[in-house]
Amino acid sequence: MNAPGFAVQDLTVVLGRGRRAARVVRGVSWSVEAGRTLGVVGESGSGKSMTVLASAGLLPPPATVTGSALLGGRDLLKLSRRELEGIRGRRLGFVFQDPMTSLNPLLTVERQITEGIEEHLGATRRAARDRARELLATVGIADPDRRLDAYPHQLSGGMRQRVMIAIALSCEPDVLVADEPTTALDVTTQAQILDLVRERQERMGMAVVWISHDLAVVGGLADDVVVMYGGQVVEQAPVETLHGAPAHPYTRGLLGARPVLGKRRDRLTAIPGTPPDPRALPPGCVFFDRCPVKGDPRCETEVPDLLEVGRRHYTRTFCPEDQ
Amino acid sequence: MSSTAGPGEALDNRTGPLLDVRNLCVRFPGPREGRHRSWVHAVEDVSFTIERGRTLGLVGESGSGKSTIGNALTRLVQPTSGTVRLDGQDVLAARGARARELRRRIAMVFQDPYASLDPRRTVGATVREPLDVHRMLSGRAGRKRRAAELLDLVGLVPETAARYPHELSGGQRQRVSIARALAADPDLIILDESTASLDVSVQAQIMNLLRELQDELGLTYLFVSHDLAAVEHMSHHVVVMYLGRRMETGTTDHLYSRPAHPYTQALMSAVPDTDPATERNRERILLGGDPPSPLDPPSGCVFRTRCPLAAGECAEPVPKTAVSGDHDVWCVRTEESLSPERLRRFVH
Repeated sequence: MNAPGFAVQDLTVVLGRGRRAARVVRGVSWSVEAGRTLGVVGESGSGKSMTVLASAGLLPPPATVTGSALLGGRDLLKLSRRELEGIRGRRLGFVFQDPMTSLNPLLTVERQITEGIEEHLGATRRAARDRARELLATVGIADPDRRLDAYPHQLSGGMRQRVMIAIALSCEPDVLVADEPTTALDVTTQAQILDLVRERQERMGMAVVWISHDLAVVGGLADDVVVMYGGQVVEQAPVETLHGAPAHPYTRGLLGARPVLGKRRDRLTAIPGTPPDPRALPPGCVFFDRCPVKGDPRCETEVPDLLEVGRRHYTRTFCPEDQ
Repeated sequence: MSSTAGPGEALDNRTGPLLDVRNLCVRFPGPREGRHRSWVHAVEDVSFTIERGRTLGLVGESGSGKSTIGNALTRLVQPTSGTVRLDGQDVLAARGARARELRRRIAMVFQDPYASLDPRRTVGATVREPLDVHRMLSGRAGRKRRAAELLDLVGLVPETAARYPHELSGGQRQRVSIARALAADPDLIILDESTASLDVSVQAQIMNLLRELQDELGLTYLFVSHDLAAVEHMSHHVVVMYLGRRMETGTTDHLYSRPAHPYTQALMSAVPDTDPATERNRERILLGGDPPSPLDPPSGCVFRTRCPLAAGECAEPVPKTAVSGDHDVWCVRTEESLSPERLRRFVH
């Protein structure tokens, strides 16, 4: 398939109005084709979640969203609320970080899965239940018959996240958006979930957008990675390039900040300071305050463009590091 | 320092470990079924020591009992049995002034600085509070000066003293928590997931700070975390916990280079490798299912219900086996788990 599964173009999100307005996403563009996985990495406040929430019309007013979000040739930002509801859940599936807050505590697992199947695919109650049982089995839940009648509080964290994935996959969406889906889980459970998503994607060929603060999690899953900072894309590259030859000082900082299993060092290369306030962004490079390089007089005054520095490798800095 | 210890005791203590925990058990009452009361076995028969100026890492997943151990040491929960000695003094049996003095010497830094700082108190007042409680430094001016010193020590500017927690970033708040923990001049600091809720770049700042403080002040840490890489980075010794029990203990270098327990091996194999090429090609040990309920733990080895090497003998009580001098494992299948083919998957 040549058509992109999902793409955002020049997406901008402003929360609030007037002097307190926060520009949380600033001109973000990326795309992911069917059968491929895009990793979107950034720390809190980088705008990584806001980008996908805004593109699916999930931000409450007073958010101002401009740009476009293309799914199968249609711009989601131009659709009516009703049309969007027909697409979310049907062609665009979501899995969020905390399954306890995204599942309805008052409904059984069965009802939460069948709701979308009946609504979007017009299945009968009985057919939907059969499908729900099948889905639970494919996401690796033992004894699916019994679990259909369970309520969310009766399940473990890992099982709840499997139910979320079953719901997201229930209508065989074209695109799966997973927003920090393993952050609240134990490492051994995280490994199970990563494995499950990989296997489901191989079978169903959907496009996956995987949002995470953890470069290592994304490293094993994604084909391409976008690194966000202060509402902008600061680097974008195929996953091997990003890990092997990161060009932006921020990406290099992130890679050096994590302790790595089996490679002990005396000091971690911490990035000093804290991310910028989206209500008071610096005039120049968004990373300027914390940057160890600051290698160009324009850094403080001009916003660098996102420029190509290698094959499919883009970075937004005046001082790209040589490999 | 140890003003409450007898002279002979104090002399004795300098040579022994700072903290000595023996056979610690913590059980919580569970639901009642008829006339039978069930118990949550949160911590079962855990022993360890920490030498002065060193860090012990306590690693495990949710429900492993690692946080309960920290809470038991500070008497936030009452252990069911076992002893805890700090510098030879019985922490759990102490009463009155002696208990207060021991509490001064064990400080704690929690996971979430948003929840553990009083939102209506300035940073200065928060950091001064332990000084007030323990009646250290007489006079307002002296305490203020000490609070300013403490803020400087954790890398905050003096003006921070007048700020409220909501005005600070997550990393700054965690620095305030550390300054508060240092205020009463403790010997042992329990760090319970103290970097877990911070952004990656800030986590590194806090871990560097903690190690600098340890070098400067000779502090002793109990580093409680689910993060294997962070534990490896911070600790001299490690205890791996599962469902309230020790699975494996050893020096960090030895345990990480030669993990002997199938659970430790599974944990290590679950950590994503930072190199995408290695990550894609390596074999992972995927554990099936979820941990069993601590209300009704399996007999024998509690990991056996998910263990890829489990055999019939695993249902019997598990003896401690020495892998090498300072490296112990609670597993009867270590010969299999340490086979060269298996180990090749974990050792970097």
